[in-house]
Amino acid sequence: MSGDLGLWAVPVAMLGGAIRVSTPYIFVSLGECLTERSGRINLGLEGTLVLGAMSAYGIAYLSGSPWLGVLVAMLAGALLGGLHALLCGLPKVNDIAVGISLMLFGTGMAFFLGKPFVQPKAPNLPSIPLGWWIEQPELRAALEINPLFVVGILLALALTWFLGRTRRGLILRAAGDSSEAVRAMGYSAETMRFTATTAGGALAGIGGAFLSLYYPGSWNEGLSSGQGLMAIALVIFARWQPIRCIWASLLFGAAGALGPALQSVGVTWGYYLFGAAPYVLTLGIMIATCSPTRSLRGAPAELGVTR
Amino acid sequence: MNDFTAIGRRRLLGTTAAGLAAATLPLGGALAQAKPLVVGFIYVGPRDDYGYNQAHAEGAAALKKMAGVKVLEEEKVPETVAVEKSMESMINLDGASLVFPTSFGYFDPHMLKMAAKFPKVQFRHCGGMWTQGKHPANTGSYFGYIDEGQYLNGVVAGHASKSGKLGFIAAKPIPQVLRNINAFTLGARSVNPAITTQVIITGDWALPVKEAEATNSLIAQGVDVVTCHVDSPKVVVETAERRGIMTCGYHANQAKLAPKGYLTGAEWNWHKVYGDFIADMKANKAPGNFVRGGLKEGFVKTSPYGAAVPEKARTMADGIKAQMLGGAFTIFKGAMKDNKGNTVIAAGKSHAQTDPWLESMNWLVEGVIA
Amino acid sequence: MSVTTAAGVNAERPAALSEKLRAAAQAAAPTLFAVLVTAVIFAVFLFAAGADPFEVYELIWTGAFASWFSLQNTLLRAAPLLLVALCTALPARLGLVIIGGEGAIVFGGLAAAAIGVVLIDTPYVPALLLMAAAAMVSGAALIALAGWLRHARGVNETISSLLLTYIAIAVFNHLVEGPLRDPASLNKPSTASISDHHMIGTIPGTDVHWGLAIGVVVCLAMAVLMRKTTFGFAARMVGGNMRAARMAGLPIGKLVITTCAMAGAAGGLAGMIEVAAIHGKANASLNTGYGYTGILVAFLARHEPAAVIPVAILFGGINAAGGLLQRRMDLPDATVLVLQGILFVVLLASETLRGRSLFGR
Repeated sequence: MSGDLGLWAVPVAMLGGAIRVSTPYIFVSLGECLTERSGRINLGLEGTLVLGAMSAYGIAYLSGSPWLGVLVAMLAGALLGGLHALLCGLPKVNDIAVGISLMLFGTGMAFFLGKPFVQPKAPNLPSIPLGWWIEQPELRAALEINPLFVVGILLALALTWFLGRTRRGLILRAAGDSSEAVRAMGYSAETMRFTATTAGGALAGIGGAFLSLYYPGSWNEGLSSGQGLMAIALVIFARWQPIRCIWASLLFGAAGALGPALQSVGVTWGYYLFGAAPYVLTLGIMIATCSPTRSLRGAPAELGVTR
Repeated sequence: MNDFTAIGRRRLLGTTAAGLAAATLPLGGALAQAKPLVVGFIYVGPRDDYGYNQAHAEGAAALKKMAGVKVLEEEKVPETVAVEKSMESMINLDGASLVFPTSFGYFDPHMLKMAAKFPKVQFRHCGGMWTQGKHPANTGSYFGYIDEGQYLNGVVAGHASKSGKLGFIAAKPIPQVLRNINAFTLGARSVNPAITTQVIITGDWALPVKEAEATNSLIAQGVDVVTCHVDSPKVVVETAERRGIMTCGYHANQAKLAPKGYLTGAEWNWHKVYGDFIADMKANKAPGNFVRGGLKEGFVKTSPYGAAVPEKARTMADGIKAQMLGGAFTIFKGAMKDNKGNTVIAAGKSHAQTDPWLESMNWLVEGVIA
Repeated sequence: MSVTTAAGVNAERPAALSEKLRAAAQAAAPTLFAVLVTAVIFAVFLFAAGADPFEVYELIWTGAFASWFSLQNTLLRAAPLLLVALCTALPARLGLVIIGGEGAIVFGGLAAAAIGVVLIDTPYVPALLLMAAAAMVSGAALIALAGWLRHARGVNETISSLLLTYIAIAVFNHLVEGPLRDPASLNKPSTASISDHHMIGTIPGTDVHWGLAIGVVVCLAMAVLMRKTTFGFAARMVGGNMRAARMAGLPIGKLVITTCAMAGAAGGLAGMIEVAAIHGKANASLNTGYGYTGILVAFLARHEPAAVIPVAILFGGINAAGGLLQRRMDLPDATVLVLQGILFVVLLASETLRGRSLFGR
């Protein structure tokens, strides 16, 4: 039995929320980070996220194994990412428009195919009780993390190492900074971007699987509220560094948990406005970090998103 | 404007391009038999949301089994000109003579406009405040006093809760929701006068991530029984079950989602309402214009008790339910204070369930933290 | 179509009508091709989903165009799209991708409803003009902000316009359910109703409100603006080649902000028409996705304001037929979403077949 935490509930909830809500952000932002490092922007990750969520839930329900669902979500994400890369590879096609179109297409397909899965209950991903030694139930619950969260952190470390220390990573970064340099090295920037976008899509699919198989752990049509799109702003905030993406995702997760946490301690005015906290945060960050004159430090030069 | 009787419509259908599509309908071939009663249902959300819309769809499904009744359904119709056209399309192209727009926002101006345009078609709206003289005679509204179910939820929750803190996750602070919150709290306080209900408002009818976060926040505050009023309680119930607290269901029976923690639930029993309407139409009588009912009339029902419900709770709840079934129980009676200290119902005064004052409720009863 | 002058510079001489028609046909060809390919791909999808594609297309025709009722249904649904599409199409001429139509609509609708309540006793025309002005100013402010952020701070306008939309919707909900709520609106929180006298009526002989006509007029006016005026020419130059525009000394900042303001004003006006022609008040029904469909319409029309008209009608038709598809064939409403998604993807792919690209990138 626990007494309630009173005002401490807010930071505890935000910590728990940060970990819970941030995981999809982690995967989508890492995926987008990889894609943008290679010089392409993929705005369609929102659709990839939703399609990944649906396919993970459906497969998990049909097969009984949530991990199989995650795998299928990865494949679905890779497919959409590959489609994005193919379309953008065509001459005269605009990346941003393709992204928006795939966002719509992915979402539409997910809603269409996902109809039979709204009712049934699919098995969820397990959780790791990191705080097993803690007495206080709320704190213990806040530290109950999902394996995918751990995978995300490991992935960020791996990506940092890959981009910074391997030959392939260097070539990928070169594709993002200068297509000519890559061609001079004997590689095709287009192929690099294709691989990066496909991998990025796969990661976004995993992010979606987390939503439907762990938190909230259910499939329906309102599952995503723009996480895929905010992850893109996240990447800019994180200056295209994978480790920073983790911190930024945690920050966003905490911002998302702010509204309900405040209400639970009695701050009930303006719940809509608090609900907009993540968006205001994103916008503020973008305004603060972008500049029209000096190019954004760390921005891949081939990226059309910054001047 | 255009006013087609059923027979005139069939002749017209034969001559327009729409006749092409109608020829595939049994309506065309049914000329030899008695013409079926065509009923249209319009849902604002997905039919299978484990909640509000599903409850209506289950009622509609019961109608599909009836002989001589043809049911049309459209889901995810937004509360704009789209619903006007959906209704018109059902009437014009499919010959509907009874239309059920099931979301509150369809009433004004959309349903009223269509009702004025098609005076021979009957429109019945779920939840609206049909008023004699103000609204046309071919319209009407129906609703169920599901707050009776929430009262019983509260009674059971009051017994089962060990922390004395209940939680309520609400979509928007509108009268129908406030009434449920109040009934739930009153039921719980009749067992334990010190019990409180913590309310969190998510802002919209279907926001799974917010609903999950709200549930977690409530649990962080020590809440151990939670209920909700959102379109789909699925996420709330599942999250509560995972965290190990108890739930009371709403709209439909969610017991399958929470085998350990499900106490009981307040459910709609729409097929009773719809069945009554159909019977009226078949007897060539216009259905009632202002139809309300609770447990007694069979408009709402309660879920069977879950394993976690103590014996005392069952006895007490059954007793109150029997009183409600006999029409002898008043939930909202004086003296009653709201959570700001004002008296909202004076001592000695009481409001029967049918009292329209209850349908514009804008206060929360003492004991609700919001 | 061009002659080489003595200076060696290509200049356009006025084209004969037949050549203009040929050019228009050439411009429309890849779009028509995209529509055809979409029809095929969608048919395959339907077949895989167990539905008869021919029946589906027949129902789409029936529900969208085959009768006077269907046609009016289509036009009614196309009306808001005409203006909202401009919210994306106009800045696109400058090379900006703005997707903030939904935010502009809700802000515009709210402003119109709020002012409308105050103007209960004002005569019809001034009241409507004031409501329209309020709506246009609110919408313009929102989108111009995104434009300004792009110009002054280099913030990507696609992301900022989307974020501003989310923020606008949150503010909208807060105001509609809070300070501006009409207590009599009970279970559907709304602002107080504007006067019945101030409602926009229907075009005589039809069910369709005058908003359709307003939308068509505005689209044509924007088409003229973009094609025939110096402003339009300057805007297209900025969109075509930013560096050349800068070197030519064009006032880029002013162009960006003005165009975004016009785009936002169009979106805001759409919101005002929704309030004054349909609902009579502002509530969550303003926020039902017109903005997002408007983005599609703009892209499919290749951001040409005149082309927005037929494309909006096409989308209105698809949406109008959606209900029939649900009822007759038991297809989920997401079917229409899939169709729109395929159409958009194929259209973009077909851009490669074109001589000129959508953007100067």
